[in-house]
Amino acid sequence: MSPVLEVANLRVTFGNAIAAVRGVSLTVNRGETHCLVGESGCGKSVTALAVMGLLARSAQRSADVLRFHDIDLARLSERGMARLRGDKLAMIFQEPMTSLNPAYTIGSQMAEVLERHRGVSRAQALDRAAELLGRVGITAPGMRLKQYPHQLSGGLRQRVMISMALMCDPELLIADEPTTALDVTVQAQILRLLQTLQRELGLALLLITHDLGIVARMADRVSVMYAGEVVESAPSEALFAAPTHPYTRGLLRCIPVPGSVKRGAPLGSIPGVVPRIAPDFTGCAFRDRCAHAIAECARDVPRQSAGTGHEYLCHLPSDWTRAEAA
Amino acid sequence: MHAVEVRNVRRVFRTRAGMLTPERVVRAVDGVSFVLPAGDVLGIVGESGCGKSTLARLILGLLPPSEGDVLVDGRSLASMDRRERARLIQPVFQDPFSSLNPRQRIRDIVGLPLAAQGNVPAVQRRDRVMAMLARVGISPDMADRLPAQLSGGQRQRVAIARALVLRPRIVVCDEPTSALDVSVQAQILNLLAELRRDLGLTYLFISHNLAVVEHIATEVAVMYLGRFVEQAPVDALFHDPRHPYTRALLASVLTPEPGKGIPDVGLGESYPDPANIPSGCRFHPRCPLVIERCRNEAPDGIIRDGRLTECLRA
Repeated sequence: MSPVLEVANLRVTFGNAIAAVRGVSLTVNRGETHCLVGESGCGKSVTALAVMGLLARSAQRSADVLRFHDIDLARLSERGMARLRGDKLAMIFQEPMTSLNPAYTIGSQMAEVLERHRGVSRAQALDRAAELLGRVGITAPGMRLKQYPHQLSGGLRQRVMISMALMCDPELLIADEPTTALDVTVQAQILRLLQTLQRELGLALLLITHDLGIVARMADRVSVMYAGEVVESAPSEALFAAPTHPYTRGLLRCIPVPGSVKRGAPLGSIPGVVPRIAPDFTGCAFRDRCAHAIAECARDVPRQSAGTGHEYLCHLPSDWTRAEAA
Repeated sequence: MHAVEVRNVRRVFRTRAGMLTPERVVRAVDGVSFVLPAGDVLGIVGESGCGKSTLARLILGLLPPSEGDVLVDGRSLASMDRRERARLIQPVFQDPFSSLNPRQRIRDIVGLPLAAQGNVPAVQRRDRVMAMLARVGISPDMADRLPAQLSGGQRQRVAIARALVLRPRIVVCDEPTSALDVSVQAQILNLLAELRRDLGLTYLFISHNLAVVEHIATEVAVMYLGRFVEQAPVDALFHDPRHPYTRALLASVLTPEPGKGIPDVGLGESYPDPANIPSGCRFHPRCPLVIERCRNEAPDGIIRDGRLTECLRA
């Protein structure tokens, strides 16, 4: 089965100063949730925007492969891209507050998507919108369609964003931190909804998050990003059972887990800060913060295998973690 | 003597969207009482709009209560002047990007509380600032920089130095790590725990992140629509939660355990609005255990097994 989204060696630079994405490769299959996880500034959102063709004008994008089914996104015109966006390729953003237009009703914003892509009448589009609002668990959809974004709570607004993204039956949904602005109880409700929809509709879901808890509960496959690169990629089970890159291991130790961390004992932490990476940077970007760094780390780093579909970008052999555990 | 004692504090805000719209009365804090013994860490958890930040401002004396009294170190806040208050209790806020003056050098930001006291000579001020910066892990060469030249974690260290430079006994931390990445969050939490031990501090620690509160607090209060609906020592609260809202909050925590899926918290869709607090138990429209009595009878102040549990059914 060919993947819904295939990206190989994606690069995004801003002028000569900043390399935001440095050779990212990933695939998302039908019915699969692929989580892109990393801390702020690691390039995960820029990766998503590059796929959607929504980068700022100052950015340069290149890729060996950038394909949605058999459509080559790298060569697609702006007009072709606009036809795809919101249709078969949809995206939801972190801030449901700022990504809805405050001057238009929910109904008018939702209907526009279908009118534009499918040329249906306003009445038909509103029917579809009401149906989808019901589907994402909004009671009294008819009333909600007539309301403005400010009349809705954050959780409701994010439900509206999700149903808007589903208006044209997309095949790929990119969700960039969809629950970060929400309360924990609402977050659980929204994630459950995304999971159910994804299963029922067979969506390919690219979920971008900084939260390893969300990754563990949602992902089929995980790519961990650091300073513009995917430093480790694996099926979710394998990643949490045997994290291999020192950065992945460090991240997992930083999270306080209720019931399992001894109180009073310090949390693990990663010293230092994320470096700023210029386009001519070579070697491992994590080496200045890594306890295992050696001279070789300043040169090209090999991508190694740690099991089926499990790759990591580091000199250390895949069984080094056994020595650490001992 | 208790470091902080809060006696039936209420705070009401009156707002009006336009001249002709009816007045909205927001009961942000609606009858909170607790004592915080010296050396303890009281964690306050709750979702947005529950009144936890308003409570922090009342305890810091940045906002007068509409009713009730706040005692710090055994004395009413209302009877103290600002300098006195500043020597006893200090804040660390969420966003280190907006809580530091962007036009001041780090050394001046940290020195300001000392200068405002008006009785600390300049030489002594300088030494105390540099010593405090070193204590929080900011190197001396950063003292002359501006906040924009620092990372988020470094800025939060500066905010902690500013809070501690007067050697207060109590620190109110309002979401101190929510704007930070996890690797940096861990550094700041470790620093706060270390400072508390070394300097004998008492913390009031407000967060929406239960895992963080579980890690740092000794006592935890769960806040919902302006009230503490449950309060207990940290182990009791996390291992034996009694209030259905506490249980839902704990169920919502997504630990990094693959295969566990996303929990169904069973809270329904009605969102809390502090301008429109439900009758009876304020949680009843969302509660999975609701019975008829809950709609009419407020469970205020119910103590069971020595624990505050504001629920008729717990």
